[in-house]
Amino acid sequence: MRDAACEAIVDVFRDDERTALVLADISLDRLEPAFRHDPRRVVNVGIMEQTAVGVAAGFALEGYRPIVHTLAPFLVERPLEQLKLGFGYHRQEGLFVSAGASYDYSEYGMTHHSPGDVAALATIPGLEAIVPGTAREAADAVRRSHGDGRATYLRTSVSENSAERELAPGGLTKVRTGAALTVIAVGPMLDRTLAALEGIDASVLYATTVLPLDAATLAAEAAPAAEVLVVESFAEGTLAAQVSAALSHRPIRLASHGVPREVFSRYGTIEEHDRAHDLDARGIRRRALAFLAA
Amino acid sequence: MLMQAVGVHEVEELMTLATGDEKHAASATSTLDVLYVLYEHVLRVDPANPGWEERDRFILSKGHGPVAYYAVLARKGFFPREELARFMQHDSILGAHPDRAQVPGIEASTGSLGHGLPIAVGVAYALLAKGLTEQRVIVLTGDAELNEGSNWEAILHAGAAGLANLALVAIDNRSSSIRIDPIREKLAAFGWDAVEVDGRDHDELRAAFERRSAGPTAVVAVVP
Repeated sequence: MRDAACEAIVDVFRDDERTALVLADISLDRLEPAFRHDPRRVVNVGIMEQTAVGVAAGFALEGYRPIVHTLAPFLVERPLEQLKLGFGYHRQEGLFVSAGASYDYSEYGMTHHSPGDVAALATIPGLEAIVPGTAREAADAVRRSHGDGRATYLRTSVSENSAERELAPGGLTKVRTGAALTVIAVGPMLDRTLAALEGIDASVLYATTVLPLDAATLAAEAAPAAEVLVVESFAEGTLAAQVSAALSHRPIRLASHGVPREVFSRYGTIEEHDRAHDLDARGIRRRALAFLAA
Repeated sequence: MLMQAVGVHEVEELMTLATGDEKHAASATSTLDVLYVLYEHVLRVDPANPGWEERDRFILSKGHGPVAYYAVLARKGFFPREELARFMQHDSILGAHPDRAQVPGIEASTGSLGHGLPIAVGVAYALLAKGLTEQRVIVLTGDAELNEGSNWEAILHAGAAGLANLALVAIDNRSSSIRIDPIREKLAAFGWDAVEVDGRDHDELRAAFERRSAGPTAVVAVVP
């Protein structure tokens, strides 16, 4: 997914002379064609992420459409104020493409984990966040968001779904209809969520645009039952406020299941982290059944 | 010098219209002469067309105490002088920190310290990418603002990159609570062509701003 996003960045960079690319020593090899195409519009600032976002804001103020790419904790959590002021307050367009979602760097410890990225970005008015589930969806998101006038965060991940989906315009796509439960599966959580719900009468909505969540589609497509389960690839509860607001016209019972808000001290593989947090298919099924039985 | 003194006096008179932020009076008055010299003699700007593509760019990075900045802009005609009397009122365009979306002539919305210099680096790159090689971006920080690490990221990068169209003016009114001097030598160590001048001496300031170098330039304007 990261490779596909970088290829799309290079395409956009070549096609639009108003694109500027700002890097912080990450993915230089993947994005090298941009340096060769027009080095005036590419800046590798070095290992200084606050300055990377600040430099991008400077490009934006001059009419460019900056793209910034680095690892998620260093793209969001370290320069959060630069994002808030440079792009939120200044109302500028920018595309921020991260690699290393949640615990993708599973062996690296919490310094390289970023389950709270989308929750942090939700504090910036007007910022859009996209969590693709496949490489093609990531590349399409780069091309689609470029030139739309907004600040957009694109969260690539190692985990992917097996098949492409025809995405609804608002980024909330109904993929299954049921009556006893509504499940919102975020990005790479879709495949495992569908497997987990086998034999359960649930509607499933696939969320790829999570800021803002498509409230109208959620209100229209939610199952008749009150139970709503959100399966999140980031910090548990990140989408709860938006889901509650979208369904405020009816009684609901809401459960959020995502990356727990804990200090992690385990290493190993992504799959081992998934199992430990009940974010594999078996764990998601266990949580769904417990929620329905509660 | 007499004409300069008259002009500064006019700015000071205009500053008296904008009241209510007296706790930042020192921050405002410390920038007065630098801002006057920049807008009177150095920056190529057009008050009738604030977005003129071929203008020089100026960023008041510290944002604090913007009354002198507002007064200079009003005197140049970027907005009506009467607006100064509504400073910080609920429906005024002039807040205690400047907002580019509301105030003609302001390039960046500032107030949180340590943001203007990295933005100025991006503007400098953008000007070069556009082929605007004669234009400069000049960014003003306070000495205490230089406590913020983001400035030193940008200073390190700009020095290494040799951004000759970028200039920094650091107002040194000894407001840093930790020792920050010698600022000039620190900037020089990061590859900047830096000089120290009397921040009230218009001739020294003008000469310092007109210097060009192979890399970024800095003016440490000492204001006792």
